[in-house]
Amino acid sequence: MNHVSEEQLVLLYYGESAEAQTIDRHLAECEACRSEFRALKLVLNTVDSAPVPERGAEYGQAVWKRIEKKLGARRKSSSFRHWWIWAPAMTALLVTAFLAGRFIRPAGPDLAKNQQIRERILLVAVGDHLERSQMVLAELSNAPGGQGKLDISDERQMAQELLDDNRLYRQTAHSTGDTTVANVLDDLERVLIEIAHSPTQVSSDQLEDLQKQIESKGLLFKVRVLGSKVRQQEIAPAPQKENKKL
Amino acid sequence: MEVDAGGAVERARSGDSDAFRLLVEQHSRAIFRLAFRMTGNEQDAEDVVQETFLRAYKQLDRYEARSSFSTWLFRIASNYSLDLIRMRKRHEDKRQRSTEEDHDILQSIPLDTPGPDRLVYGTQVQDRVNAALNELSPQERTAFVLRHFEGLSIEEIGASLGTGTNATKHSIFRAVQKLRRSLEPVVGHAK
Repeated sequence: MNHVSEEQLVLLYYGESAEAQTIDRHLAECEACRSEFRALKLVLNTVDSAPVPERGAEYGQAVWKRIEKKLGARRKSSSFRHWWIWAPAMTALLVTAFLAGRFIRPAGPDLAKNQQIRERILLVAVGDHLERSQMVLAELSNAPGGQGKLDISDERQMAQELLDDNRLYRQTAHSTGDTTVANVLDDLERVLIEIAHSPTQVSSDQLEDLQKQIESKGLLFKVRVLGSKVRQQEIAPAPQKENKKL
Repeated sequence: MEVDAGGAVERARSGDSDAFRLLVEQHSRAIFRLAFRMTGNEQDAEDVVQETFLRAYKQLDRYEARSSFSTWLFRIASNYSLDLIRMRKRHEDKRQRSTEEDHDILQSIPLDTPGPDRLVYGTQVQDRVNAALNELSPQERTAFVLRHFEGLSIEEIGASLGTGTNATKHSIFRAVQKLRRSLEPVVGHAK
């Protein structure tokens, strides 16, 4: 047999060699290949020394506490596969339906129920919108400063996509008199505009400006809190009598 | 060996959130270890753990008992980690950091052993191992971690990542080659 290749030794090390017996026999006879295999094992055994931070026995419970409240929202939207493809059209439709429902009031006992259903559907859409916005803001806030230019084309494109939805939601919140939500969406819109109109490659100074705008308004925090409230309302059972704002 | 506490998977699939809680408690630590080895970052690993269970819950209907539940979770975690490290790498690349600079960082970790202090030496080796793992491409690192630390077969990894057996095998070979290039000068001192 010829000398054993590195690939053959790797497969032997991991117990996935189809020719293990033949290679073993060769190693017994060939000092050069034995030495090569020793060197390979030494490196791979050294890799095992890379430390992993310990997590105690209670870790699983801590993880459960973190995700418990988010599970309801996730399951509800599970059937909306590839929702982002038709999200803008859905958004327009939902908001139009929502506003139409508010101003063209049908007669009859189902009025309150219909109103609740519309508002809960809108909550799901707003929740997704805030989650996506949060991702953009977090990406930019956490982007490392330094020398050279940073390509933010992905964030820029996402901000452009989010802007139309944001306008609709802000107008809806204004029309329903929900000023807290309207103000947060107003702040968000200003920053989204800045991001959408930024160059695809930003310098450290430009990145710092964007980060300052996000920080000065405490926007990331506000969006997180609002998103969390919206998600809680999504999960909570629908109220029987009173209508809830966003 | 994996223990399915009282058919927790089946119960979770039928909407029993207590059963899903049991699964989260049972598998969180293993997912964290995998995620940390893949991302090399504690905060990212925490994100991966959280997102893995949220995605698993959402996709429970799609779980088929052909593979073990832990393998299925590993698949979700490794794919999400892969996305995460690709995104991080993209940001780094966009920042136009040259590979020479990375190489300099790797080289800046001293090779000389500081005398008899084995603890310090051990830390240096660990730093070198971490730096060497960071040199791998996302695909190489994912395939290597799943094979080396988690003991998944090459075929399983190929199926999990959707890359096929041959491409997975070559990712592992390339990873091992890179690790040897980076670490052999260090472990040579240990001999």
